[in-house]
Amino acid sequence: MSDHADHNTDHHEVNYVRIWQILLVLLVISIAGPFLEIQAVTLATAFGIAIVKAYLVAKYFMHLNNEPRYVVYMLLTMLIFVFLFFAAVAPDVMNHEGANWVKPRVVVVEAPVHH
Amino acid sequence: MRPIANTRSAAGIPTGRLAVWWVVASEIMIFGGLLASYVMHRLGNPEWAGYAAHTNIWFGGTNTFVLLTSSLSAVLAHQAAEAGDGKKAARLLYFTCLGAVVFVCIKAFEWTTEIQAGFTITSNTFWSFYYTAAGIHALHIIAGGVIMLIVAESAKRNEELHRVELIGIYWHFVDIVWIFLFPLLYIAK
Repeated sequence: MSDHADHNTDHHEVNYVRIWQILLVLLVISIAGPFLEIQAVTLATAFGIAIVKAYLVAKYFMHLNNEPRYVVYMLLTMLIFVFLFFAAVAPDVMNHEGANWVKPRVVVVEAPVHH
Repeated sequence: MRPIANTRSAAGIPTGRLAVWWVVASEIMIFGGLLASYVMHRLGNPEWAGYAAHTNIWFGGTNTFVLLTSSLSAVLAHQAAEAGDGKKAARLLYFTCLGAVVFVCIKAFEWTTEIQAGFTITSNTFWSFYYTAAGIHALHIIAGGVIMLIVAESAKRNEELHRVELIGIYWHFVDIVWIFLFPLLYIAK
């Protein structure tokens, strides 16, 4: 436990219950946002707050800020790969027609019914 | 003899913790790929908002509360393990497991109502994504709960206390995945 304890000496003072309370307040705001029925507010409260909540969990509960920097870079590299995947594939998935092409419609074939 | 994961320190941190960070890194690719695929399909098919309108924000919100609370007990278990209090760490891990059980029960009830309403994994691509993403996440919850029970068993004997932190890191990551699944599947309509 010695290296374990050394590693964690600088987050003894964190009030985890307070962080949890903040997370719950953020959860209530993200649920209340859609009731205003303003799309921009819904998106901001839903996804903006999700990023803040994830940051709080990663920093205070996972103690990511106490790890060597390369751990953070390792995780960020994975996120960059996800964004690369999105950038490469999304133009095909999101567009239904282009200058010289139209995406064929998906045809649903009903299974034959046997009596 | 103590396990290598606790005694050997590769790259500046104990090997066990480094391994868990690698697990988290690979999980980012799994869930990141899945969620990125969902987002691009959702943006390319505005009519999916109509399908998403059938998901119940209260089920999703309650499960978010359950997971956030279980994350709190997981980090408090880690704090107790640091203090050398294995029994308290085990109690808090059992509480975290209870959160996993409640989460899965709510998910089962939610899916039952949706399937009875006619929304199944083959209904359309939205529902395929919905059941696949939430299902893989639920499998991670179940796996985490089982591992946590094993860790708690040794923790209550004051053995292998470093494992309390390791399962905690995994559990918080599963929590973060749900933090993004919740707005994607339940709020954006």
